[in-house]
Amino acid sequence: MLFQKKTGRAGAFAALAVTVALVATGCAASDDGGDGGSGGDSGNLAITFLPKNLGNAYFDTSDKGGEKAIGEFDGTYAEVGPAEASPDAQVSYINTLTQQGVGGIAISANDPKAICDALNEARDAGVKVVTFDSDTNPECRDIFINQATSEGIAKVQVDLIAEQIGDEGEIAILSATANATNQNAWIELMKTDLEANHPNITLVDTVYGDDDDQTSFDKTAALLQTHPDLKGIVSPTTVGIAAAARYLQTSEFKGKVALTGLGTPNQMRDYVEDGTVTAFALWNPADLGYLAAYAAKALIEGDITGAEGDKFTAGDLGDYEVGADGTVLLGDPYTFDADNISEFDF
Amino acid sequence: MTTDLISGGTASPRVYKDYSRPLWQRILITREGAVYAALILVIIGATLSVRNFGSPITMTYLLLDVTPILLIALPMTLVIVTGEIDLSVASVVGLSSVVLGTLHQAGLPIPAAALVAIVVGAVAGAFNGFLITVVGLPSLAVTIGTLALYRGLAVGLLGTTAVTDFTEFWTDLAKSKIGGTGVPTVMILFVVLLIAFAIVLHFTPFGRGIFAIGLSSEAAKFSGVHVERTKFILFVLTGTISALAGIYYTLRFGSARGDNATGLELSVIAAVLLGGVSIFGGRGALHGVVAGVLLIGVLGSALRLANVTSDVINIITGVLLVASVVSTSVLNWVRAKRTRPGESKKPK
Amino acid sequence: MSTLTAETTASRVTSALGSFVKARETGILLALVLIVVVTTAKNPNFLFSNDGFRDLLLTPSILLLVAVGQAIVIITRNVDLSVGSVLGLTAYLTGRLFIDVPGIPIIVVFLAGLVFGGLLGLINGALVAFAKVPALVITLGTLYAYRGINVLWTGSDRINASDMPKPFLALGTQSVFFIPVLTIIAVVVLIAAGWYMRNQRGGRELYAIGSDPDAANLYGLNVTRRVLVAFVVCGALAGLAGVLYAARYGTVNSQAGSGFELEAVGAAVIGGVAIFGGSGTVWGAAIGAYLLFTINRALPILGVQDFWQRAVVGVLIIGAIVLDRLLALRQARKLVEARDPE
Repeated sequence: MLFQKKTGRAGAFAALAVTVALVATGCAASDDGGDGGSGGDSGNLAITFLPKNLGNAYFDTSDKGGEKAIGEFDGTYAEVGPAEASPDAQVSYINTLTQQGVGGIAISANDPKAICDALNEARDAGVKVVTFDSDTNPECRDIFINQATSEGIAKVQVDLIAEQIGDEGEIAILSATANATNQNAWIELMKTDLEANHPNITLVDTVYGDDDDQTSFDKTAALLQTHPDLKGIVSPTTVGIAAAARYLQTSEFKGKVALTGLGTPNQMRDYVEDGTVTAFALWNPADLGYLAAYAAKALIEGDITGAEGDKFTAGDLGDYEVGADGTVLLGDPYTFDADNISEFDF
Repeated sequence: MTTDLISGGTASPRVYKDYSRPLWQRILITREGAVYAALILVIIGATLSVRNFGSPITMTYLLLDVTPILLIALPMTLVIVTGEIDLSVASVVGLSSVVLGTLHQAGLPIPAAALVAIVVGAVAGAFNGFLITVVGLPSLAVTIGTLALYRGLAVGLLGTTAVTDFTEFWTDLAKSKIGGTGVPTVMILFVVLLIAFAIVLHFTPFGRGIFAIGLSSEAAKFSGVHVERTKFILFVLTGTISALAGIYYTLRFGSARGDNATGLELSVIAAVLLGGVSIFGGRGALHGVVAGVLLIGVLGSALRLANVTSDVINIITGVLLVASVVSTSVLNWVRAKRTRPGESKKPK
Repeated sequence: MSTLTAETTASRVTSALGSFVKARETGILLALVLIVVVTTAKNPNFLFSNDGFRDLLLTPSILLLVAVGQAIVIITRNVDLSVGSVLGLTAYLTGRLFIDVPGIPIIVVFLAGLVFGGLLGLINGALVAFAKVPALVITLGTLYAYRGINVLWTGSDRINASDMPKPFLALGTQSVFFIPVLTIIAVVVLIAAGWYMRNQRGGRELYAIGSDPDAANLYGLNVTRRVLVAFVVCGALAGLAGVLYAARYGTVNSQAGSGFELEAVGAAVIGGVAIFGGSGTVWGAAIGAYLLFTINRALPILGVQDFWQRAVVGVLIIGAIVLDRLLALRQARKLVEARDPE
């Protein structure tokens, strides 16, 4: 049956749709900076950084480090990522990168297994995969750049909180997303460390701020209300500790509840200076991204394959050797406090 | 008043044609024709201007990505044609995903877990249908409530954890392709469902009843159409197919999470409306809807490949949605003005 | 023939009291009080600690503004799904204004938020009123489009708390006589809106339009203009809420406000605003907003994982509309009986 004939309407609609579409693709194509080529080409130094999510100060710094490295060896840098830290969002981006035929992907994983298939498809197409900050299962990637040993990261945070609350009392953890490989690994090690070495400290709750500022803020408020005897909060994620510090600063618990974890100096400077936070830890994320980019370059050019014992040079940082399970260690965590925080800018 | 019928006897007889325009023009001028034209033009434009678009894996990824929307758009079309709406479909996707994940974690084999998930989806749809047909509530309000309820159940069951250790066999199956072509195997499922829905909608009394309800549910009732029963069945269908889409989504991404597919209902409705289905009910065709889904999918894929960020894609989807619906209104208004010249003259 | 009965003062008072008691708003106010009492019994900090009391009053005030605007639109038998995106855009605008125009007075920023939100609402309203397209579809499209513009504008940046002047952020936590400043702002707006809807011609016309648009048209009401104004007000209130959001949370990213539209519609529906328009009050929507937030905070204290919060919201919405329907059916039956006494 023919419904109403729309003479001008259909034409108008088609014209509109096509115009919009072509303008968009035309604009995009004109600034299409991505140098495609096919993956597997040993000269294809197009490396894309895919952090857990965009809009995160920590990843801004690490990706800038990567950009600097890529500039040094004349590759092509790009950064893409989802707005929310979820595994399925990352899969879509990995698929797109596979289609684009980039040389290498540097990714911080939202889940150890969910993105495995997509990553392996990329590797089959010749793309080299480097994980940094948060790993996947070892069979899905070529190399993992670990900022420090997981034991070391867990230990430094437990030591800091124990020192700040007098080695006894209730503490809680404000983590990132529930599936994040790195935070979960550190939390497990923290629990082991607490049981073994700090019997008077009780871990009463672990809440997830999803690496989202508003959620972390609200979860901190809820924590303090639900556990009135809380003495300390540990937040092994830069988004979480910044949001928690902001809440504590204007609450009556400032100074009474200790807060520590992993944070960036720029975000935490205010809170350290006014006493909300005494000390926290991190490493240099820029170095992490820098090293990840050089590792990707070494893989693309065929210098290393990710096997144990492989050596490569990473620009200003020097020489690195691949350890067990394809892991490369950056260094040790560093503790920031009121005495040294003014020396850093990231 | 004498008529001049006989006096003009020497005037040449009027020739009556069956249609006033040739076939090819008639096809192009319908709403669906416009969508097809836009789709073809966008595909050509993208292949020419976006690097890597023309390669076969693009089509594979495109179809894999767009399958949930394709699946849900089928029953959603029927629902919108009756003049109702179902905003809870994405939440049912999330719920069935979580059910699949939790049962799998508890040790149930995937086929059994999938079956349970589908039943859950059917029950969810039946609950919607019950509230809308038996209690008589407006579908917009009910489905906003169930959108929150089902999503809440999904998130409540799993928290923000995701179940991700699905067996390789099933996740590979979800992404497998037919033989050497790049077409995913799920397309077979989709085509079967498409044919079934098309037959029902366009060639059965049940389907005619759906159009009748959309045009005027009172008239339909008096013509013998079981309005309440039809609507109930349609909502059960949306629930079931959403659950099916949820199973596919979970296996394809290998991750069952309460938050899966948040916002999917907007994409489905946008595609359905783009495909020529009228929001007021009573008109629409499935092939136009398929073209609408593909149009949005191709646009999104091309823009993503061109490194245009996904927010621009969202802006374009939103603008297209608004423009397509507004253009209908505007052109109707223009036509109305033109065909009633007598009213614009002042009475003497 | 019916006989006229003289109304005594006593019967007038009892009837007023009766309608107050039976009013929907009273019902949910009681529910709110009940929840607060039960939760405080379990954990006195919920209400009695300084922070607890402040948070209970403060954080829902953002949702309150959005819910009031949404209620106004729903009363005219429309809906505005784009409020979350409008909030996000204005919150980002607030931050940008402070960064790009150093020294800008805070009141100017507030006005800018109102105006910007109003403009975005105007786009919605114009499309709905002039093109006669269902508001659902239009605001669905603008929800997408505005959020996309927000993300595009934001890029991967973020507004940090340190980018905004301290007095502005202090607004987010200061209290006057124990009542937070933001709550005072929200309540003032609520009183103004409530008064307008009930006592002003424009407000009552909105109810008329929602009850029966065709009759309103025939009666000669300027439906187009009223609907336009409703959407502009809704957008402006969402814009104001965006400014408050920036003051309260300090950090604004591209996802600010997403999901607010659902909570706002939920708050309005729970508060007694019928989804098919024509009835309900902004007071109800305001109490609904507080109820939703308080339940969210109360759940963990009562031992329920706060993951279940969205499910609770869904149950409440469905319960509210079912209740509305049953009451409407009973009302209709009573009217029929009064008309045809047996």
